[in-house]
Amino acid sequence: MGRYVARRLLQMIPVFIGSTFLIFSMMFALPGDPVKALFGEQHIDPVQVAQIKQNLGLDQPFMVQYWDYLTGLFQGDFGTQIASQRPVADVIADAFPVTVRLALFSFVFLVAVGIPLGVIAGLRPNTVTDRTLLFVALLLVSVPSFVLGYFAQYVFAFQLGWTEPNVQDSTNYGQLLLPAIVLAALSLAYVTRLTRTSVAENLRADYVRTAIAKGLPRHRVIGVHLVRNSMIPVVTFLGVEIGTLMAGAVVTEGVFNVQGVGRTVFQALIRREGSTVVGIVTLLVLVYLAASLIVDLLYAVLDPRIRYA
Amino acid sequence: MTILDKTADVPGPHGPGDANTPLLEVRDLHVEFHTRDGVAKAVNGVNYSVKPGETLAVLGESGSGKSVSAQAVMGIIDMPPGKIPKGEILFKGQDMLKMSPEERRRIRGAKIAMIFQDALSALNPVLSVGYQLGEMFRVHQGLSRKEAKAKSIELMDRVRIPAAKQRVNDYPHQFSGGMRQRIMIAMALALEPDLIIADEPTTALDVTVQAQVMDLLAELQREYNMGLILITHDLGVVADVADKIAVMYAGRIVETAPVHELYARPAHPYTRGLLDSIPRLDQKGQELYAIKGLPPNLTRIPSGCAFNPRCPKADDICRTDLPVLHQVTEQGGGEIAGRGSACHFWKETIHG
Repeated sequence: MGRYVARRLLQMIPVFIGSTFLIFSMMFALPGDPVKALFGEQHIDPVQVAQIKQNLGLDQPFMVQYWDYLTGLFQGDFGTQIASQRPVADVIADAFPVTVRLALFSFVFLVAVGIPLGVIAGLRPNTVTDRTLLFVALLLVSVPSFVLGYFAQYVFAFQLGWTEPNVQDSTNYGQLLLPAIVLAALSLAYVTRLTRTSVAENLRADYVRTAIAKGLPRHRVIGVHLVRNSMIPVVTFLGVEIGTLMAGAVVTEGVFNVQGVGRTVFQALIRREGSTVVGIVTLLVLVYLAASLIVDLLYAVLDPRIRYA
Repeated sequence: MTILDKTADVPGPHGPGDANTPLLEVRDLHVEFHTRDGVAKAVNGVNYSVKPGETLAVLGESGSGKSVSAQAVMGIIDMPPGKIPKGEILFKGQDMLKMSPEERRRIRGAKIAMIFQDALSALNPVLSVGYQLGEMFRVHQGLSRKEAKAKSIELMDRVRIPAAKQRVNDYPHQFSGGMRQRIMIAMALALEPDLIIADEPTTALDVTVQAQVMDLLAELQREYNMGLILITHDLGVVADVADKIAVMYAGRIVETAPVHELYARPAHPYTRGLLDSIPRLDQKGQELYAIKGLPPNLTRIPSGCAFNPRCPKADDICRTDLPVLHQVTEQGGGEIAGRGSACHFWKETIHG
């Protein structure tokens, strides 16, 4: 087990280098450049531009720039934003906690609502309850998140007045509730369907019949024998979902004005701030890797037939 | 042995006084399944009874209704699609079909227990065997986790699983097939039930282990004086352990007999066909007999005797009239206890 975890952690190093290289080269290949973006609509003085580029090292060949970035990174230096002159590390430190909070909020909602709904539907397959939940799930999957976001704003903020339409203070949990639910809505449908299918399938399993034949009360048959076996596919999905919830919140963060990672990456992309994009995306890659490691370890907890050596 | 300790809500083995009143009596039981292709009539009027300490073997092909009737006794048929339109299942004189779900749940596992065919799929793969055994004591007797575990170890010792103490926390996949079936048996025995239903308990095992498991089951049955319903399609298994046999075909009992009577002189052409299709060493080199045709589709059971399309003796009457279970008698008219045959031509079959 310990060796397995160590091996998995070591595997993250090449993935880390590979992903920084890929994103760095993509940023390099994009048209436009960050220094010209500084001038906006003003007249651009080529001499001045060249001077700034030289100071920033942007006139160097690609491999040299990448090497400089990597060596900086290993010394804990994420680089500096060109426009704002702020260290990228500070930008990340501002945006990440907000997004983590939003994502965790969404995740809790996903688990607390999606799994019970799936179990309810799965226990009564092909009944009115099941079909209603299927319909709602399909609806949520098909509606784009910005439509859902504006709709939620309209209903809960403008009509009912339960909450602010926009997030004024990204550290305020109450204000993050609505965007978190909108963010979770799409995945909620998947979690519900996945749980439902898994539960409905295991309901016919021999060991469930044994549990009933043992004279166990219904809540115990479901809670102890059925649900735990049904959670394995759901846990896989939820693990990947942690990463998606963090990285995929660009639209939702935009709709609700949340100052999180999604917005920061989006703005950095527009201004061609290479180091900001690479820094944040690499961190997200690491979050994905860590989440998938946790999922793999959780498998072994849920299913004793899986053992890592 | 602590296993024999009597607790308030679980009565111990029966005294000798009530040995002749039936423990379980199934009367005119019907079970049907409502499917998209129509109503499948799985069980069509089954009668049987089991006394304490007695072993009834229910014999039949797949689809003959032998498992479904047992599941109806256990109360583990999914309803819907299953339905019990008619019949009574009397356990110690009380009709279980009229009981509340909660009353039935208390009987399941504690008074009537079941052993399933494939122990690998019938045991929960993600829970340790100790937990699954201990659950019986925790749910039915309210024991603590610790007490339940101690009881589980005793049970595992009882069914002769080596190193029970070390293995109590192992999972089902870590045991061999024979050991897993022993765990199933231990689970069924846990609360010393009055009746055990074993649904093809040895089918999934290899032949050497089959005998060990059957011997163990028979020994424990004698010791606790339990009634046993043994469901099987294996005539070899039946001969050694059963007291009486009920042969089922298309949801009906076609022949009943004390075990050795049945082997000596079957009174139904179907039973004769089954016995003739056992490979025999003294007929080596000859072609093995097989009953021609297939078991009927349960949504369209043939009129008259369900066996008529496959029967070598079938006559016009077999296609129109459903035979009742005739009392089988000696040639001179003397009664043979416990023998019955649902064949219009039983006389010719047994004496002819």
